[in-house]
This record gives sequence, structure tokens and C-alpha cells, in this order.
Amino acid sequence: MSGPLLDIRGLTIGIPNRNGPPVQIVRDLSFDIMPGEIFGLVGESGSGKSASALALMGLNRRPLTTLKGQAFYGGQDLLAMSRRSMRKLRGNRISMIFQEPMTALNPLARIGSQIAEMFVLHRGLSWSDARPKAVEALAAVQVPDPEGRARAYPHQLSGGLRQRVMIAMAMACRPDLLIADEPTTALDVTVQAEVLRLIRELCEREGTAVLLISHDLGVIAQMCQRVGVMANGRLLELRDAKALFTDPRHPYTQGLLAALPRLGSRAVEGRHRLADLDMAIDRDAPDFAKTYLRPRGEAA
Amino acid sequence: MGRYILRRLLQMIPTLLAVAALIFLIFSVLPGSFAGTMTGGGRRALSPELVAQINAQFGLDKPLPVRFWDYLVRLVQFDLGTSFRTREPVVDLIAARIWPSLQLALSAMALAVTVGIPLGFLAAMRPGSLLDSITMIFAVSGLSMPQFWLGLLLMYVFALQLGWLPSFGYGGGQLRNLILPAIALGFAPLALLARTTRAGVLEVMGSDHIRTAMAKGASPSQMIRWHVLRNVMVLIVTTMGLQIGSLLGQALVIEKLFSWPGLGSLMVDSVAIRDIPVVQGTILVIVLWFLVINVLVDVIYAAIDPRISLR
Repeated sequence: MSGPLLDIRGLTIGIPNRNGPPVQIVRDLSFDIMPGEIFGLVGESGSGKSASALALMGLNRRPLTTLKGQAFYGGQDLLAMSRRSMRKLRGNRISMIFQEPMTALNPLARIGSQIAEMFVLHRGLSWSDARPKAVEALAAVQVPDPEGRARAYPHQLSGGLRQRVMIAMAMACRPDLLIADEPTTALDVTVQAEVLRLIRELCEREGTAVLLISHDLGVIAQMCQRVGVMANGRLLELRDAKALFTDPRHPYTQGLLAALPRLGSRAVEGRHRLADLDMAIDRDAPDFAKTYLRPRGEAA
Repeated sequence: MGRYILRRLLQMIPTLLAVAALIFLIFSVLPGSFAGTMTGGGRRALSPELVAQINAQFGLDKPLPVRFWDYLVRLVQFDLGTSFRTREPVVDLIAARIWPSLQLALSAMALAVTVGIPLGFLAAMRPGSLLDSITMIFAVSGLSMPQFWLGLLLMYVFALQLGWLPSFGYGGGQLRNLILPAIALGFAPLALLARTTRAGVLEVMGSDHIRTAMAKGASPSQMIRWHVLRNVMVLIVTTMGLQIGSLLGQALVIEKLFSWPGLGSLMVDSVAIRDIPVVQGTILVIVLWFLVINVLVDVIYAAIDPRISLR
């Protein structure tokens, strides 16, 4: 078996503080992603999932800064790379889709040229050669009438279609890794299922690995081979998906799974359990600090 | 598009009528009269016969509604009346002044656009830098400084002390006569444009689609060309339009100061002697200019932003 596609070691992100130690948002995060694998990162908002993903792309905005750590991709450390060589990877070998398809596209540019941009940037095509490729890319994400949609502006498309456009853009250069940061959170449930299936099918076909970030355990269970659970900027549990969902080890994961409402149970019960979650998990307890990081291929 | 513009032009008519009525009303309640100024500014007691004679001669003895109606009837025939003072048609007086006025306003605006927008852009590229701070100090002082004071300052330095440029007059439309008044008039819009551009660029740079562009691997210059310029223009065009529109009216102080033969100085002179037809004419032209620029701005909006449709 070949080595991991991306190997993240000790990633620490924070806000530098002139009068003391930096405020840490993500602490000592380590995990790896195998080629073609779908890796899930779950956690509540503010747990540091998005900051970690953006740090890999070098896209965190100030004052957020990567303080420590390495992320090896093809023998190079993404976190120590020059801006110029990082730009060559971005969108080309490692691409990203975001939570908000409504605002992630340029409102004043046609869909077609926003996709064509990928081929101009990374394949050295002229704009006129890139346009038909953009139409092909739209067809590949099953957008109906790709020719017409290429001429449309973002505001003329629904949220689901815009997210497909984002996927078409991200997959245009057949990247090795797709970082999907809450890709379906802003979409309604039926569209969500279609978009997830599209991501899985495309990535299987192209052999693209996925780092799927979500707070939705259902989405993670449905998509991922391995899952990391994050809270308070730390990775608490890293397991095979099946193992995590059948036999959670960390009290936080246990609480998270127990809080999922079940069909047939009364709403009051569910609410009760949700309220329990915060009380049950003492984030300062020594138990919380313990992590459950299993190597790849553990027995379930 | 053509129908939209036609409709907007027709919509100007009620506005212009309202403006005409307002000026009429104001001058009918203001103290002072043309007869008074004509006969020595009211310093001497006038014989009522003389006043009555002058008023009759210029039709000022008729009741206000009748005068207004007569005025409107002539207005729809593009006749702005006759100047009390020179007895020339107002249209001719305005025609002689309109080119110097436009020349001054457009040069002032050209200066503001070519300096203000790039300056704001550069400042926004490095927020908090020395250039940014200097630009913004410059912009705030530009906005707070009274125009006439800047005009006097320019005159003092470049005309009086250095002797490089003439301090007043039209000079038959020579460029050297235009420079100082254009700078004096253009400085405030320049400062405003620099500030608006800086704020606009920062706003666009902070938006989600710029993060997407970076994730796509665009270089800063590609990002600016493909995803920032056009988006910022939407924000800048508003400010630009308002400035160009109001510049004709704003110019009157500078025109008086530099003895520039524009609409502004014509209006000020005519107000002083209550030459009402000329005042009405100049104000109508200045308002018309503002309205036309507004329509133009809306058309440009629609051309830049596909989300805006002209209906």
C-alpha cells in the first residue's frame, strides 16, 4: 500500500498575541488522508474544522495564523510552501468547495467563464479554448442545459445548481484532493442527497480523495470511510466510520451520538438528551483530554 | 432599453415643472425687485410711477398665476424668456456659458477619476500602510476644506508666488486658464472617490467569492482583473454619478472666484440684480443636467451588473 496523500502533523492554528501566548483555535491536529479516500471531520461550530481546512489551502484570513505543524503532500510541506507554488496547487491538485453557494460565486461573471478560469489558470488554455471545456465540466456535474447555463449569471441559478457549479469548478482539473467544507449545509434535504451522491461518484471516478467537513453525523455516516471528531480545537477520536458509529469511545462522541433524535422517540426526550450533552461533557475533566486515535484498518 | 430611456426622459418633465414652480414662488416672496435694483438698489426712495412703469414693461404687474402660466407656455416652446438686463433671449445667454461650464466640470471630474480611483485602490491594497494613512488624511482634508479657500490658496501659490498660471479669466479657453479652477473644483470629488474606492475595494476583497477565486489558484493581479474591478465599479459609479451631476451647481463658487464665464457665475450675477428669467433658465439647465446624468448612471449600472434589469 502506498503512503498517504496528505499527512498532517501537529497543525496548530491561533491568533498571535503580543502580550502572551497566542490564543489557540486548533491544537496539535494530526491525521492523514489516503489517496481516493473520503475522510470526514465532524464537530460543532467553532471546533476548528473550517480553520484547519483553510489552513491547508493557506486561505485563513488574519488574524488567524498557522502557528505550528506540517502538512505533507507529495513530499512537500503545504504549510511551508511559497505563495507561488501554493497557487499552482490550489484549484489544480487540491481544490475546495464552500458552505455558501449563494455568495461563493462572483455575481457579475457568467458561470461559464468562472469555470473556464480553471483551465486558463492551470492548463494554460486561452479563454476561447477554455469555454467549451467549461460546458463539458457543467455536463459532468449533471447540470441540465449546460450550454445555456454557462451563459447564465449566478443569481439565475438555484442553490443546488450553484453548488454543482462549484463542484464542476473544483473538479475541473481532476484534483487529488477535494476539500468540501459543509458543502450541503445551506441546501435542502433532497438537494443535499443529490449533491453528496455527485461528489462521491465524481471522486470515485477520478480517484480524488475528499476531506468532508460537516456537523451533520448523518452526512458523515453516509459518505466517509474514516472519521475524525473535533471539539474545542482538538481531535478527540479518529476511527473507521463503522467503528465510530457502533462503538464510540470518547464521552463526547458518545454524547453526540446519543443526542441524535430517533424516529418514534418523543421530542421532549430528545431535547432532554441534548441538554444533557453539555452537562455530561465536562470539557475540563481529564477524561475529555484523553484521545482515541486508532490507526488505519482497526478491527471494528 | 430605448423605451426605458424614453420613459425616464418623460419622467423628468414633472420634476422640471416642480423646479420651475418653486423658483417662481421663491422669487415672488423674496424681498427686493428688479425695479429696485435697476433704479439704484433701493438707496433712494423711488417714485411709484417709475416702479409701475418698469413693472409694466417687463410684465411684472400681472398676478403671479398669470405670469407662471405665460412662463410655462413659453417653456414648452423651449423659450426661456428674455433677460431683464440685457434684453437678450435667455437661451442665447445660457448657450454662451454652457461650454465653459461643462469644460470646467468635466475636467474637474476627469481629475477626480484619474487620481482618486487609483489612489483609493492603492490604499485598499495595503490597509493600514503609510500610503493608506496619507491617502485617507489627504481625503478627509479634501472633503473638509472649503472650495473657495483651496481656490485662493492655489491662486496665491501658482499665480501670485510662482507666476506659472493665470489667476483668473477664461483666456479664450486655453488650458492654462483651466488648470487652477479645475483642481479647486475637482479636489473634493477626488477625495470622495478615493474614500469610496478604498471602502469598495475592501468590501469586495472581503467577500466570499474572492475566497473562491483564491482557492482556484488565481494570482492577486488575476483576481483583481477578473473579480474585483467590475464589482468595485458598481459601487464607484454611484458616487461618480452624483458628483458629476452636482458639479455644475457646485461650480458657482469657483466660477465666481476665478471669473470663469460659466453658468454658475451667470446665475450668481443674475440673482444679485433679480434678473429672474436668467436665474430660472440657469437653474433649469443645472437640474436637467443632474437628471440626465442620473438616467445615464442607471443605464451604466445595468450594463455592469446583470442582476439589475431596466424596466
